[in-house]
Amino acid sequence: MSRAEAPAAGTAPGRAPARRRPGGLLRSELLTTFRRWRTLALLGVLAAVPVLFGIAVKVETADGGSLGGGGGGGEEAGPAFISQVTNNGLFLVFTALAATLPFFLPMAVGVIAGDALAGEANAGTLRYLLVAPAGRTRLLLTKYATTLVFCLAATLVVALSALAVGAALFPMGELTTISGTRIGFGEGLERALLIALVVAASLVGVAAIGLFLSTLTSSGIAAMATTVGLLITVQILDQIPQLHAVQPYFFSHYWLSFADLMREPVYWDEITRNLGLQAVYAAVFGSAAWARFTTKDITA
Amino acid sequence: MAPYESGTDTEAAERAAAARGRKKAARYAVPVVVLGLAAATIGLVPALADSGDPDLPELSAQELIEKIAASDTQRLSGTVKISTDLGLPDLGGLAGGMASPRGEQGEGGAADPKSRLTELASGTHTLRVAADGPEKQRLSILDDAAEYSLIHNGDEVWAYDSASDEAFHATEDGKHGDGGGAEHRGGLPKDVPATPGEFAKEVLKASEETTSVTAEGTMQVAGRDAYKLVVKPKGEGSTVGAVTFAVDAKTGTPLKATLTPAGGGAAVVEAGYTKVDFGKPAASLFDYRPAKGTKVTEAEDAAKEARGKDVPRGPGKQPGAGDLAAPEILGEGWSSIARFEVPGGQGLPDAGSGDLPPEAASLLDAFGDKVKGDFGTGRVFSTRLVNALITDDGTVYAGAVTKDALVKAAESAK
Repeated sequence: MSRAEAPAAGTAPGRAPARRRPGGLLRSELLTTFRRWRTLALLGVLAAVPVLFGIAVKVETADGGSLGGGGGGGEEAGPAFISQVTNNGLFLVFTALAATLPFFLPMAVGVIAGDALAGEANAGTLRYLLVAPAGRTRLLLTKYATTLVFCLAATLVVALSALAVGAALFPMGELTTISGTRIGFGEGLERALLIALVVAASLVGVAAIGLFLSTLTSSGIAAMATTVGLLITVQILDQIPQLHAVQPYFFSHYWLSFADLMREPVYWDEITRNLGLQAVYAAVFGSAAWARFTTKDITA
Repeated sequence: MAPYESGTDTEAAERAAAARGRKKAARYAVPVVVLGLAAATIGLVPALADSGDPDLPELSAQELIEKIAASDTQRLSGTVKISTDLGLPDLGGLAGGMASPRGEQGEGGAADPKSRLTELASGTHTLRVAADGPEKQRLSILDDAAEYSLIHNGDEVWAYDSASDEAFHATEDGKHGDGGGAEHRGGLPKDVPATPGEFAKEVLKASEETTSVTAEGTMQVAGRDAYKLVVKPKGEGSTVGAVTFAVDAKTGTPLKATLTPAGGGAAVVEAGYTKVDFGKPAASLFDYRPAKGTKVTEAEDAAKEARGKDVPRGPGKQPGAGDLAAPEILGEGWSSIARFEVPGGQGLPDAGSGDLPPEAASLLDAFGDKVKGDFGTGRVFSTRLVNALITDDGTVYAGAVTKDALVKAAESAK
């Protein structure tokens, strides 16, 4: 929006000029995206989630009581791993990722992806981007790459914030895997990093869907709302037992499989299925976005 | 000149528009092709990977059973998938939600093996097993983002439930002491055949007179060549169609067991390795020490607590499972039927008796078929494997046999 009001001097108003060397366009896109207040606000909200969780768990267990024994139990006990947080702060990373992956993270990605092209069209800057000799395919790839960088950044923000809060409020050290075995803190950190990468990769499908929807409309809000709406719909459909035959093909179905990295030995089956599914979504919706974007008339 | 020129313009424009249309269609074909490829891959790869039955030297059924008996697989680790479909509504979630909410858990805590292993009786579960000699075994049930592990190492047995971060501990030394928790000890309760090997032993125990055992070709399980052993009941009346075992060609370890009902359809119970490794599992797998914050329930405390709870309950005792007389077994082998009396000597209330509102009675009728015989009347409740006849005077006949066999048993028992 701010770019629309910016003076229309130069090729692309309000953005760093795209240099004619590989990576120049990507760098200017990244700068534009990550300098936006909207992006920073999204990342801020994501960083706040682990803080809230950490404080809540700390307050709840301040009297020495255990979390599970108190009120809720079973499914109501909160996100995965939360009962282990008091033992080891590193578990806050897993809890925070498990809590943000179903909704907060993909919503943030949907906002960025949905806005990628539709937002430019809405602001009237898409034409200028295409005037620069970048080509539509390259622009699309750059937009997708930017969205993927955001996926990783958002996940890492959650993970690092959780790690900091976990270290501040809870003991750290050797940790117990969910299989009951022990691993050292260093290996625990390694697994946490691996989990963050898997979580970021889980968002690849949503990013592709958002980008495709973004090529369909010239209203950024419409693309974002549709992406997030689709996300919620799929999450609800994933809960309906009668649909279990199609559920393995929902992009969100295997999201929580990242927890399998905390088993000993690691259980890879569902993680690979998740990654494969995300690749299929990226290929199908990415190529659909390409077909649409390279053939449509750009009027704004 | 002008009209001629404008004519070419229109034609050129039309040609350009047509070319654009073709280009557009060609580009939109890309995602469709990608989707098609993905679907084909998902559909075909498992079919292609199934490279057919392996060629193995032929073995007779007897040789195969000996192979199983001679097998002394000490070291093994792998993933087991067990699915049970008794034809009952899936009570897994419901029963789990009602029977073990962490708020009002049973005496043994959330990690009590007794309550957790009954989960396996319905639905599909993924288990992991590892064994290193007779001293070290572990079995874990994989849940969503959580795991339930039973670890046996030397004379210690641990159960760890990661969802609630609770552990259950028992020592083999306490085995001879009295107490209600006796069945906790020594790891798995005996009636839960969790690995194909145990399952095979259970079934092969059945007497040879009533059972036909044949070797029928080969198959692949978990990427290993295996012989197929088919066990079938000989007599009539059993609802068990066949039990098929896949026996590893190299080690003689049963890798898969499938129980198909006589009525046809999908397997009632199927338990088999999806991955198996006969190497030495990591020693750390059997080494469980509770973390500082983990709530640990000791088996002996749990048993004491259970006894303490029972005492005040004494006078107003509810009729429960404990009051049932030990069932009498009629017949033998596959078509054996258990017969026992419902406490109180009464059968299910009938629609005419006025004990039940008519709606409830019709609900009962919907669940069970009414039958008549020399024994009076009763209702038969069916699942895909087990049928039960409850007569109006409160006798229960149950077994993995057909309805007719139940009625016959009830008639001859009178």
